[in-house]
Amino acid sequence: MSKDPVVELKLPIIPDIELSATKTAEVISKHMNLSEEKSAEVSMALIESCINAFEHSKTKEIFIHFIVEPDKLTVKVIDKGVGFDKSKVEIPNIENKLNSDERKRGWGLQLVSELMDSVEYNSDESGTTVTMTKKRDNE
Amino acid sequence: MSDSIKNVEEKDGVIIISTAGYFNNLAGEAVLEVFTKKMESGSTKFLVDMNDSKVVNSIGVSILIEIIEKLQVVNGVMAFTNLAGIVEKTFNIMGITKYCEVYDSVDSALEKLS
Repeated sequence: MSKDPVVELKLPIIPDIELSATKTAEVISKHMNLSEEKSAEVSMALIESCINAFEHSKTKEIFIHFIVEPDKLTVKVIDKGVGFDKSKVEIPNIENKLNSDERKRGWGLQLVSELMDSVEYNSDESGTTVTMTKKRDNE
Repeated sequence: MSDSIKNVEEKDGVIIISTAGYFNNLAGEAVLEVFTKKMESGSTKFLVDMNDSKVVNSIGVSILIEIIEKLQVVNGVMAFTNLAGIVEKTFNIMGITKYCEVYDSVDSALEKLS
């Protein structure tokens, strides 16, 4: 049995570098015959995961693995930073954010959750791995 | 004008802000700057044309929530047109579309807003 193809990226934290990851995601999505809609959802989730890692990991680089599997695309966004406690992240709500002092940001996890078919977070003091999947289109 | 803003014009009492490129924090701040100046001079109706911004991030879009908040105080209107599918979906998830209209074209927006 052939091994699932894997594409690995190492990105330094510089402005807008997440767009280089989305370019790679688009090529892989096309290779997998994912619909344009699913491809765009993967790219958007990837942008948000990268930004979260850039902002919160306190590291200088992140790693992205794309794993092409028969039934799905798995994307891992990995940092070797300080980690975070997902249970302490509040679910954002625009009603709470409007007309209040609450910061308007904080949508990343919610967007990733809604855009991908599954998302898992493994995080401790040695870093965070976000593992998200998008099912392949039915033939 | 910022690289993120392609054009700003007024038609039928509506300020049309056309964005370009990746709608990130810088683009959001550029729109906020235009909005603030126009609002200070009395404008209350705004249309953001995102035909040339097919990729967004939540930091840029969060700045739009600030604009919606400021417009609510003056009973103003914020609307969007030419949204890519993924951008509209992002707006839906964030709840932006509960507070703003989305139109297929500038003309159809102006018909309703002016």
